[in-house]
This record gives sequence, C-alpha cells and structure tokens, in this order.
Amino acid sequence: MTTQDTQASSALVLPRYRRDDVDAHPPLLSPGYKSTVARAPRHPLVYLPQRLTEVTGPLLGEGRLGALDHDLTRQHDGEPQGQRIIVHGRVRDGDGRPVPHTLVEIWQANAAGRYRDARDTWPAPLDPHFEGVGRALTDDQGRYRFITVQPGAYPWRNHDNAWRPAHIHFSLFGRAFTQRLVTQMYFPGDPLFFQDPIFNAVRDPKARERMIARYDHTSTAPEWALAYEFDIVLRGRESTPFEDEDDDE
Amino acid sequence: MSEQLGVMPAQTVGPYLHIGLRWPDGPYVVPEGTPGAFWISGRIVDGTGTPVVDAMVESWQADPEGWFDHPDDPRGARPSALAGFRGFGRSETDGQGWYRLLTVKPGALPEPDGGTEAPHLTLSVFGRGLLHRLVTRLYFPDESTANAADPVLRSVDADRRGTLLASPAVDGFRFDIHLQGDHETVFFAL
Repeated sequence: MTTQDTQASSALVLPRYRRDDVDAHPPLLSPGYKSTVARAPRHPLVYLPQRLTEVTGPLLGEGRLGALDHDLTRQHDGEPQGQRIIVHGRVRDGDGRPVPHTLVEIWQANAAGRYRDARDTWPAPLDPHFEGVGRALTDDQGRYRFITVQPGAYPWRNHDNAWRPAHIHFSLFGRAFTQRLVTQMYFPGDPLFFQDPIFNAVRDPKARERMIARYDHTSTAPEWALAYEFDIVLRGRESTPFEDEDDDE
Repeated sequence: MSEQLGVMPAQTVGPYLHIGLRWPDGPYVVPEGTPGAFWISGRIVDGTGTPVVDAMVESWQADPEGWFDHPDDPRGARPSALAGFRGFGRSETDGQGWYRLLTVKPGALPEPDGGTEAPHLTLSVFGRGLLHRLVTRLYFPDESTANAADPVLRSVDADRRGTLLASPAVDGFRFDIHLQGDHETVFFAL
C-alpha cells in the first residue's frame, strides 16, 4: 500500500462531483409536456451528500457488445431505407477529461419516423431491415462512433398537431452513479424545434444548443454517408487534495 | 484544470425506452441460484394512482461485504467474492407497472466522517414524462438499528422516511415508488 492508500482508507476521501447548474437540466414539472403533470414529484428533492454508493458505479465492459452493435445499417440481411449517417463524438466530463470505456446506448425511429415497438401505431411504414438500436464503448479518448440512418419526425398528440423533431436517444453511464445521463440528440436546423416542449423544457438556450449535433463534412464517407458530430459532457469532479498535489508538480 | 464545460442536459427516455434499454439479463444483479438471493419488486404509480407502464428502474449497490469493484472506492477496488455479482440491475416496468430485481443484501458502508451507512440500494427511475431521472434509495425493514443510525435516512423528514423502506414479501422485498401523491417517495438531488 502506498501512503496515499493508507491516508485514503483512514480518512475515506471520496471524489466529489460538482452539482449541475439549476438551468442545466429541464425542470421535472414542465406542463407543456403533458406527461410531466402527473409524474413529476411535487416535493422538493432532498439534498444527498455524495457517498460511496454515489461516487462509484457500474463499469460495464465489452462483454455486452456484439460486433455490429454500433452499425444500425448492418444488423439485418438487407439495408434499411433512409439517408445513411455517421454519428460520432467524444464523451468528456465537465473538466474536459475523456470518459473512456463507457457504454453508450442509442435508440431511434426509422427513416419514416416509426419505432419498432408495438405501442407505436401511427400509420408510417416499419422497415424490416431496421431495429433502431445501437451500443458502443468509448475508446481511450472517450470517442464513440455509430452508423445509422437519419430518423424521421413523428406525431405524438401532446398538443394540437404535435410533432417530435427528429432525434436519437442516448444513454450514458460515465464513471459513477452521479454521471448517469439519458438525453436526446437533435439535428441542426430542424424546423420543428419551436413547438417541441421536450426540447424547449431545457430553459437555457445555450444548454439547448448542446443537444443539437453539428453537421461534420470532414467525417462524411464520400459517396456513402453524411456525418454528424455530437460531443457529450457529463458532470465534472471537484478537485481532490491529491489531484492538487499532482497539479503542483 | 482549465475552463469548465457545460453539461449535456437530460431528456426523457420517452415511451419506447425498452427498444434501446432492454437487457435480457437486466434484472439480475446476481445470477439466478445465488445463495441468499431474493427478489425486490414493486410498482411505480403516478399522482393519479395509475401504474406507470413505460418506466425503468436501475439499481446500484455494494456487495454483501460492503465493497465496490470500482477504482474510486478509496479502500481499493475489490471484485466481489460472490460469483457473478454485478452490483447493477435494470428492469423496465411491465403492463401493470411492476419492476423486479434479483439481488442480495449489500453490506453496511463506512462514511467519510467515521459513521456507517445502513445497507441500501440506490435507484434511478426513468420514464416517459420524466425529463430527468429520479434518484431514490431503498433500505431494508429488518435493519432497524442500522437504519436508525443512517445519515441519509436521518436527513429525511421523519414522516416521509418510510417511503424509503422496503417491506417484506414472500420472495424477498416489496418497494413501491410513488412519483406523486400522499405517499410520494423521497427523491434526492445528487
């Protein structure tokens, strides 16, 4: 054991994750999104100092991934309909540190805006060659890459003539329970943003912008696929005394 | 380090979460047949008392000895002596709003200030209509001495503390989650 280990076990020094700004995430009660009304808790959240359970978390490895899990266009015998796109980016924490080897799960509607789910019954065609599910692990630098098709918009009855902007659902674990995040990636210039209460539930315009991928011409595959870059920032850590020592060296 | 980056906002998992997040082995924090394993099951209900059929619960916990196989456990990462222990569980709700997790009781945990945390699971709840996950904790009804000394339980109003306690069930424990209403579960800000 090193001196640091000994100190750590006697004093149990834990990493601490910075609390998010109030406007970083959408308020749970956002009445424009009708389902929040009966589901958002009415009591204020109780402050929970981060302890061992919160600063650790599942580190799920490659055992969960199939060889084609990152390529949603090759999971069936034939190719799905729609515009092929590459979606890639980096997962970092709030201090710019890469989050390596973390599981990224995505799911989405097909090119016509229909999910492969019995509960999605609107009259748009299903695609026998598209499941709409992907998984990847970030590399040493926190990078991930998916190949998929551009999802379509779809109606959802939240309000009169309500349409969801095209989006891809993203689920991330990060390094600790505190960093767990589920979000949605949107596409630049979508004309449906103005009427979408889920996108607009994020009140800070700068925070909303972070959910919109960047068209990335340099990452396209010529004569094959367009590309979007979607960088994801998870919560950062307060610096610990040990890290400060390192910084001084 | 230099400038802090703005975090990615959370968004709802939406109604089709099971497409992307269903794992066949999701509910198994420990493999079937593990000695001492039991089921934790419960119902998620909304403010109108309606079961929430498009939600998902994830759990995270220490092993029976109170350790995590994780580099940020300052005592050192230590794989569990219990074969197949994953520490993590994931269960979507069924058509009646029920979720189920097969697990074992975690050990008590040391506190930074020298105290002890009672055995607990930490839970995330995701669902349609939840723009961000909800975080809660599950404590065990047969740990009354440890629960009475637990710093998190003690930080919660006495009249709401009971919402964090599971109750005994035939095959383990039952833990209902009330998103709203008279019995609203205590949810935490991390």
